[in-house]
This record gives sequence, C-alpha cells and structure tokens, in this order.
Amino acid sequence: MNKSFVIAKKEFGSFFDSLVAYILLAAFLGFSGFFTWIQGSDVFMRREADLDVFFSVARWTLFFFIPALTMKMIAEEKKTGTIEMLLTKAVTDRDVVIGKYLGCLLLVGVALLFTIPYYVSIAWLGKIDHGATITGYIGLLLMASAYIAIGLFASSITNNQIVAFLLALLIGIFFHLLFDFLAGGTSGWLSDLFQTLSLTNHYDSISRGVVDTKDLIYFGSITAIGLFLAEYFISKR
Amino acid sequence: MDIKVLNLTKQYGAQKAVDNISFDVKPGEILGFLGPNGAGKTTTMKMIAQYLDVEHGDILIGGKSVKDNNLKRQIGYLPESNPLYYEMPIMDYLEYVASLQGYPKEKIKDRVREMIKVCGLDVEKHKLISELSKGYKQRVGLAQAMIHDPEILILDEPTTGLDPNQIIEIRDLIKNLGRQKTVLFSTHILPEVEATCDRILIINKGKIVADGTASTLRQQSQGQDVYHVRIEDGNIDDIVTSIRNMASVESVNVLDAGKHKFEVVSKPNIPSNRHLFQLCVDRKWVITELIPFETKLEDIFRDLTMN
Repeated sequence: MNKSFVIAKKEFGSFFDSLVAYILLAAFLGFSGFFTWIQGSDVFMRREADLDVFFSVARWTLFFFIPALTMKMIAEEKKTGTIEMLLTKAVTDRDVVIGKYLGCLLLVGVALLFTIPYYVSIAWLGKIDHGATITGYIGLLLMASAYIAIGLFASSITNNQIVAFLLALLIGIFFHLLFDFLAGGTSGWLSDLFQTLSLTNHYDSISRGVVDTKDLIYFGSITAIGLFLAEYFISKR
Repeated sequence: MDIKVLNLTKQYGAQKAVDNISFDVKPGEILGFLGPNGAGKTTTMKMIAQYLDVEHGDILIGGKSVKDNNLKRQIGYLPESNPLYYEMPIMDYLEYVASLQGYPKEKIKDRVREMIKVCGLDVEKHKLISELSKGYKQRVGLAQAMIHDPEILILDEPTTGLDPNQIIEIRDLIKNLGRQKTVLFSTHILPEVEATCDRILIINKGKIVADGTASTLRQQSQGQDVYHVRIEDGNIDDIVTSIRNMASVESVNVLDAGKHKFEVVSKPNIPSNRHLFQLCVDRKWVITELIPFETKLEDIFRDLTMN
C-alpha cells in the first residue's frame, strides 16, 4: 500500500511534467466557469442559488477528460517497456494499479478543489442548499473514480493509447447514457436492470442530497471491477 | 546470496523458449550468459527478475523460491532495451526507483548522489533522461538497477549500442561491482565475456550447451593442444618426419615452408611442447617460436550453437 502512494505521487507529478494537468485544469475550469457564470442559462439568468449547471457541465467534461488522462497510464508503459522495469521493482501488480488510480483521482480532486470559489460565491449571493452541493461534489468524485477504473482497464488491455481512449469512452457511454436510454425503452426486470446499471441514475440520486449505501456500493463495485481487471491484464505477460 | 535455477522450463504455445535448464551462480561470481538471439537468455533472466512467472521448475534466490516469496528487493535488473521514463529528470527518476525499492527514506538523497558518482553521471545529472545520449541512458539504466544496493544483479545486454570506450567503462563498472555481488549478464560480444566473466554459460534453443570458464570451454571443445612452431637450421622434410614420429604428436602440418613454420597437434591430453623442445635440443635445431594456439571463443560459440 505504501508503494501505491509512491507510485501515485509520481503519476500525479508526471501529469504536470507532461502539461496534461494544466490543459485539463484550464479546460475544466474554463468550460464549467463559462457555463456556470456567463452562458445563457447561468446562475444570474436563472436567479437560483445552486450549482446545477456546474455539476452537469462537470459531469460531461470529466466523462471526456478522464479517458484522456488514463489512456497512457498503462498502455504507454507497455509500449515503451517501462512496465517491465516497474514491475521488477519491489512492488506488486496491485500496488501499480492502485497507485495509478490514486494519482489520477488526486488530479481530478485538485480540479474540483479549484471550483470551490464557485460554491463560496454562490453561497454569498443567495441561499444555497449546502447538503445537495456537498453531495454533488461527492457524486462527481465517485463518478470520476468509476471512470478512472474503466479507463485503467481499457489502458491495460492494449499498448495503443488511442485504442485505450476510445475503448474507455465506449464503455463509459453505456454507463453515462445508453443504460438510461435502454431502461426507458424496456419494461419489467430488464428495465430495472438497466436502471441499476445506469451511472447517471445513481449520480442523480446522490446529487439530490442523499448518499445512499446502494449508490456507494454501485460506484465502489465499478471501481473495484475496473481495477481488478486492470490488475489481471497487467499480470498476464 | 546465490541464484539456483532448477529444471526451469518455459513454454510459449508449442515452442519451448527455455527447456529444462539448471545452473547456479555463486555469490561474488560474474556469470556471462551467451547464446544466439532467441536462445532463451532474456526469458530466463525475466524469470529470475520475477517479471515472468515460473511455471515448471524453480528458481531459488538465497535458498528461497521465487514462487512463494517476493524476492524482487534482492535483485537489481536492467531489462534488455533499457526502458526509462524519458520525461523525468535523472535525479527524480533515481529517487523514484529508490523509494519503489523501499530504500530508507532519509538515505535516498545520499544514495542517489553516490550512484550518480559511481556511474559517471555527474556532468549530466540535471538533465531529463530524454536529453541523454545512448551511453548515458545506459548508465542511468545501471544506476537504477543498483540503486537499492541489491546482492544480485541481472543485466540483459548492458553494453549493446555503446561505442568501444563506453563498453570498456561499463565493463569495468560491472567488474568492480561483481566483487561483492552476484552478477548474471548476457551479451553478444564474445571478447567481453572473456574480459569480464568468471564463468560462461552458453545456451542454444533453450538448452545449456556449455558451462565453465573460458579455458575449460576451450579444452572441452578442442581436447588437444595445438602449437605453432618455427624451427630453424634444419631440413624441412627431416623436421616433419621427426616430429611426426614423436609419441605425443598426432599430426603436423607445414604452415610456411620458407619460414619453417609448422602446426603441431598433440594427442588428446598429452601436451607435446616439452618433447618438441627436447627434440630440437637433441638435433641441434633452434626453436624461434613456440606459440600455444588457442581456439577463439567465437569458434567454440559457433560449434556449439550451429548444427
């Protein structure tokens, strides 16, 4: 576990070395700031003291950005052979996967921290629902955690970054959008199944202000399965 | 700490990359691992470095099996293509590797400084790895393998792609380190093995075909001593017949009639050099050259690996 933190720290640092982190932060804050404060349906227009616009923009931005962060994390190490150097150090396959996961989650966390001023400003401008805002942030982090795990899995089965990126998006779009559609188009147990699988569904329920164990288990399972599969594919060599 | 490889086999599909090999490397020994491309050297080394799992057979490191112990900490490994994080600065990279290996935190900085000095990276230490020349990258590769002061070093072709000066430097480095450590290194450069290694292991098609020091290998492959002699003051035919009639000589050839040079092949295990000398003294001939002729390692290698 200790080694995971060493790896996480390095991964976090290398996002900044490669400028990826700056691009992500600039784009994330740019998009979410623009839609929250400036564009048509912003807080001033709606005259409602909440961060709903921010959350929905952030949800989509993270959906696209996380695969871009995770795509190289394992695929590139496989391609350049550094994975061999890394895995022959005194670490386990699991240390490596968890380290990379934590490094990426930390970057998303930092991106979200930079939006705290939005929260503070809106709380100053009107009466904000603190509960829903805090759970909204928790929801974003849980969602990020699930997508990072999916992204790492996609990165672990190929040594081509583009393939990893597209695959992560493809898997992601099911959770983000398609399961929800499918739930609407079916009925009975099938509809229930799709409803349960839909990430949007769980995210919405959390961001309404209630953190249900069911939702935590959902995000926890996707994260665990993604990381487990990533570890499995790393161990196959 | 020693390495014991026992009946190791590795199969890729129908092909056996490593076929039931056994050998050991003693502490303080430098073992040269030779073989043509695809012979199974890298696969074996990857298994010792615990990158690949051992399926059949076993590898013992300091008496413990790699199957049920995590012994990576004891090993410094330089993979074949020397993969490094090119976007990292050298010092950061070495510090990262040291902490991955669990080197005591407070000693990491000093250790990195020490390794940079040992590997001759002092001038370049503030550069990114991507900015280094191939030789310096190789030194970083060696530095990362040795950063945690392991007792065992596994080096997969540490000198490929270096210029002759760099090869000698890296070779000396390995030689110096090898005094205290157990070193297994593979190479294609045969004179290098002779210059560096205490023992040589040649493998071909996944099997060990030779194991011993350079001189024992020569003797095994050849079995009999060969001398190139130059004998003056005598009649060529007379010299040839007298030598041929000696009990310890198997055959004699004239190499250069003008210069009275001959090649004398002794019978197996009976060196003929003393008898040759005695013969010349008796006949009042003068020996001006007597060169024990050594088979080149290249020839041994070719004999063993081509068939």
